[in-house]
Amino acid sequence: MALLQISEPGQTAAPHQRKLAVGIDLGTTNSLVATVRSGTAETLPDTQGAHLLPSVVRYQKDALPQVGKIARQSAVTDPRNTISSVKRFMGRGLADICNGSAAIEYEFADGESAVPRIRTVAGDISPVEISAEILKTLKLRAEESLGDELTAAVITVPAYFDDAQRQSTKDAAHLAGLNVLRLLNEPTAAAVAYGLDKGSEGVHVVYDLGGGTFDISILRLNRGVFEVMSTAGNTALGGDDFDRAIAQWLLEQAGLDQAGLSAGQMRALLIESCRAKEALTDAETVEITLTDIEAGTQIWQGEFSREQLHVLIDPMIRQTLSACRRALRDADIESADIEDVVMVGGSTRTPRVRELIGDFFQCQPRVDIDPDKVVATGAAIQADILVGNKPDNEMLLLDVIPLSLGLETMGGLVEKVINRNTTIPSAKAQDFTTYKDGQTALAVHIVQGERELVSDCRSLARFELRGIPPMTAGAARIRVTFQVDADGLLSVTAREQISGVESTVQVKPSFGLTDNEIETMLRDSIDHAEGDVAARMLREQQVDADRILESVESAIAADGQLLASEEHARIEQAMASLRELRDHGDAQQVKQAVQALNEASTDFAARRMDAGIQSAMTGHKIDEF
Amino acid sequence: MSITLTEAAAVRIKAFLDNRGSGVGLRLGIKTTGCSGMAYVIEFADEIDDADKVFEDKGVSVLVDPKSLIYLDGTELDYTKEGLNEGFKFNNPNVKDSCGCGESFTV
Repeated sequence: MALLQISEPGQTAAPHQRKLAVGIDLGTTNSLVATVRSGTAETLPDTQGAHLLPSVVRYQKDALPQVGKIARQSAVTDPRNTISSVKRFMGRGLADICNGSAAIEYEFADGESAVPRIRTVAGDISPVEISAEILKTLKLRAEESLGDELTAAVITVPAYFDDAQRQSTKDAAHLAGLNVLRLLNEPTAAAVAYGLDKGSEGVHVVYDLGGGTFDISILRLNRGVFEVMSTAGNTALGGDDFDRAIAQWLLEQAGLDQAGLSAGQMRALLIESCRAKEALTDAETVEITLTDIEAGTQIWQGEFSREQLHVLIDPMIRQTLSACRRALRDADIESADIEDVVMVGGSTRTPRVRELIGDFFQCQPRVDIDPDKVVATGAAIQADILVGNKPDNEMLLLDVIPLSLGLETMGGLVEKVINRNTTIPSAKAQDFTTYKDGQTALAVHIVQGERELVSDCRSLARFELRGIPPMTAGAARIRVTFQVDADGLLSVTAREQISGVESTVQVKPSFGLTDNEIETMLRDSIDHAEGDVAARMLREQQVDADRILESVESAIAADGQLLASEEHARIEQAMASLRELRDHGDAQQVKQAVQALNEASTDFAARRMDAGIQSAMTGHKIDEF
Repeated sequence: MSITLTEAAAVRIKAFLDNRGSGVGLRLGIKTTGCSGMAYVIEFADEIDDADKVFEDKGVSVLVDPKSLIYLDGTELDYTKEGLNEGFKFNNPNVKDSCGCGESFTV
């Protein structure tokens, strides 16, 4: 018996059609997977009840890689094959990595490829493959927890990730067999988890202090869209540094020298330091007993107080504050403008961090959601909406198309295919047809803007669809599909449905457009709205006029003998008046003239049709048809 | 006519409704679809329809439309865990046969 979850009213899916979506926080130190069940977003634990999966992969000879806690345990004994914090290498070239400190930890394979590969007993492995192992583990956990295959996932990335880093993350997901709906910025995910997207518009700060990295992001919520105003941080500052500072202090108290300790002893000391730090979250003082794990003897015993902890970690917290100041300056805002400060990352559990951050921003930081889980939770909420488990009116606007996208049709008119403020990713198709008999090619001109005429919009790209089989005008069915992916990349495909010929082009619509230009384009469309509509209607009628004029002319040229002279004169007169009005009349007048010509030529058209059928049938037996 | 909830199910439904922040109760129903004829509907309810039969059990209002009730009468709704998976389960005495996965059934 399948286990069921509560759906929103009217959203119950048919059996086997349930759309299972997860949010994944692919972290430097730890990763998590979360989903929405019965309307509640929650992270999913493994069989041992652990929600956090250490982002560590250990490669073995002739065996599958180990992932998570079990891999982390072997970090000391098998450091070359145990890879942690692979996120630092994503989308980076070998040169970038060698400039950092990571190069000394692992052995990188030489190769002509720009992608760095780490040499392990299982061969040379790329960062994308390592990330994919972590994602595979989370995917498996999610599928066991949800009892079915996953439909799709939202994966979070730091706001400062560039295109190469985002693409590598997508590649890793693809390799792990995950269908990625969207990459979501980590601070945005945290804000979504707190429901800030449903709140008032304003500026929010996301303070993310993890084990080894620190990020500060300033977001502005504007009509449901989170815009990243600025980011700052330190990729080598986190809770681990707190532990090291405590360990250093303990060594001093015990009169020991770090150089005299083995790796195992140092590790034990760090674990004890971390325990002491966590104990001080609730207690004022903590008892510490240091024992030599190898000799089994007691080295030192003493008391560690909150005050002492503050002395040790305050300098590091102040470093984060100077990054906050920098981010505020970059965003050009005052700390008084901040509405909310969201705390993310395990190290924000330290009361001293909350206290100093609260003082700095003059507000109470948001800490109700577990800071380790908040990013994954937000990603799950987003995934649930994107996959369509919520009624449409609850659709979150996280990224939208700033200006409508469309194409040019006959007469220089714009046919909008995707309207502005449509959320991305998005795909829309529209059918078009040929304008002339025997037309074998179609020029597709992609434009952007809100105006009705092509000349008032911005041209993005042109391409041609060739090889349309010759047919009468209007018989061909050409489907033009506009697809905008989550990164705002537009691809337009034109496909003739009968022959299957296809042509496609890719453009980045936002390329080269500043916010000011977008605003000007929008304002113009409002200022010119009335005139534009009139111009459009006139142009439509002119196109119609051209079409009917051309077809009547060709009919007279072909079958003029079918016309009585009086009738011929009437048609000629209607054509002349239409030609006159087409160039000098308004839309309504052109429309009436088109109708007049249409009526004048109806009988003629009927006679042509009869004659055509007759000539086609002459000389044939009835059963040949 | 009766629909009942186990203690575990009632606790969960109350928690989910609280988390959602709105809703008058839980709607149970059936719809004729699926590989084996019928499938269960389990949804949050924002309003009670005139025709709905309302069952109160362990502090939760359970709404069932009269047509579905014919197939659901006597059902006990449970919340269970199977390995990592967890969710609601219908213990429905009317069911004669269900498809392999149990998502749809016949009566």
